[in-house]
Formats: sequence, structure tokens, C-alpha cells
Amino acid sequence: MSDELDIGGKKFNSRFILGSGKFSLEMTKAVMENGGVEIATLAVRRANAGGEENILDYIPKGLTLLPNTSGARNAEEAVRIAMLARELGCGDMVKIEIIKDSRYLLPDNCETIKATKILADEGFIVMPYMMPDLSAARSMANAGASAIMPLGAPIGSNKGLLTRDFIKIMIDEIDLPVIVDAGIGRPSQACEAMEMGCAAVMANTAIATAGNIPMMAKAFKLAIEAGRMAFISKPGRILRNRGEASSPLTGFLEDSK
Amino acid sequence: MKVNGEHLELVSPMTIEVLILKKGYRQDRVAVELNGRIVPRSEYGVVLLSNSDSVEIVGFVGGG
Repeated sequence: MSDELDIGGKKFNSRFILGSGKFSLEMTKAVMENGGVEIATLAVRRANAGGEENILDYIPKGLTLLPNTSGARNAEEAVRIAMLARELGCGDMVKIEIIKDSRYLLPDNCETIKATKILADEGFIVMPYMMPDLSAARSMANAGASAIMPLGAPIGSNKGLLTRDFIKIMIDEIDLPVIVDAGIGRPSQACEAMEMGCAAVMANTAIATAGNIPMMAKAFKLAIEAGRMAFISKPGRILRNRGEASSPLTGFLEDSK
Repeated sequence: MKVNGEHLELVSPMTIEVLILKKGYRQDRVAVELNGRIVPRSEYGVVLLSNSDSVEIVGFVGGG
């Protein structure tokens, strides 16, 4: 059965989006291969002089790059970074990330809506990282976003789906792929997000801080696939306050009295 | 001239292409902003820099 992820008309078989930060360059490739990753985020920074090794040399061919606008504190800065990313020549997808708060690293939805509008009008496939707020999500959809990326918990925290109920509202009300980004710390949490109906999961720190990094990438891949399958299979009903036998209630090894 | 925030004294005008070479950047791995405006790669060989210019040279790094 074909079950592709569609983001702004681009099709993907993998629903595991990898953040490429915090890994050694050698590890980057192993993680992407073990995770079956087809989309990886990158950041734009001042280049180091002296011909240092470049992450692009370590990314498997055919992988789709998703530059982020990390470092941006307002819409204007995000637009500037997105334009530079496009000039770097890796396509027109962009993850908008606008953060003013340096303790919790929570995104600024207002500035993100502004940047979404500008970049969508410029022809980008825009994927805004956001607080899961319904009216903000609607504004981003109206501004031309191709997906929304609500956070599960603060970036890098590994705390999981703290915003579970609000992400479910995004899934139910927004007619765009909902991709949980940030905070996912365990494969079980990624699986739960997918079971709920998220279109994809993005993770970085969960894998980068694991004891066995390549194996954790594989664990995330399997968890995301399992959650997706469960979502498509439609999970069974829940009984409120009783049980229901799974074995037949007839043919017991004693005569009925 | 300022390059990525650092002062660089030019004795004579220099193209962006020459600056990239001198600094040891890989042309296919960087994007250049001159005084806040992106310079297309095709123009690196013709755009001349002077001491009043501010240049940003950026590239991709790992990030989530």
C-alpha cells in the first residue's frame, strides 16, 4: 500500500525527519541511514574559513534538505536566513524557527505567521515550528504553510508529548500535515504521536544524546513506522469500566451446572 | 571592509571570488551577502569589494 507523506507536493516514504545538530560528521551519515531518513534539517551559520569539512559532504545523496531559520528572533531575520539558505542551493523548503526566549526556546507564533506569509509568497515550501495554538495554526495555514510543526516539549528536553491534547486539536482541525517537532525523547513518544495521527515526527537530541546513537536512530524509525501503521489500522475501542473476555465464554472443561 | 564581523583592510579592490579563494572557502558551499543583499554565485567574479563594504559568508551546519 502506498502511504506517502506529501509536503507541498513533495512526496516522501519516510516519516522520520532528522535534525542534524549535535552529531559528529561521521555519525550524521550512519544516523540518516539507520533511521531511513529522507528529510534532514540544517542550520545556516557564518562559514568557517579555511576549507573545513562540510556537512553536505556527509549527507547521503537523494536526501531532502530542510534548512531552518534558527538564530532568527523576528520575521525579518527568518526571511533573511531563508533567502541565504535557498541561495546555498538545496531547494526551496524551509523550517521557520523564530525564538526570542533563550531559556525555554519557545517559538514566537506572531512573528512566525508573518514570516510564513512572506516566504510562502516568495515560493518557499514553508514549515513553521510553532506553539500548538489553534488560531495561530489557522493563520499559518492561511498564510500558505505547507505543514505545521508544533512542539511536544521544549527543544532538546527529551520530555516527550507534553502538549499531547493540543497537538490532537491541530490534527483534527488543520488540513495540513502536522509534524511534532521538538521535545520528543523516546521512540515510544514518537510512536504515540504517529498513532494520534501526526504526519511525521522530527527528532534530533533524542538520538544525539542516546548511548548507542545509530541503534537509537533505528529504534525511532521502527517506532514511527509502527505508530503510522497503528493510525491507519484505526486503534480499537476502550472500555471505560469493565473487561471483555478475549477467549470464548463457551466450551469450558466442566459441565455447566 | 568587514567579513563575517571581522575587519579586513583592502589595499586594492577585490572580487568576491578572490576573497572566497583567499579565505579558503569552497565556492559551492557558501552563500554571500554584500551590505545586506544576496549576491548570486554567477556574479562572484565581477562584483568588486571596497573598504566600506560589509560581507557575510554563510554555509550549512548541522542543526535541528
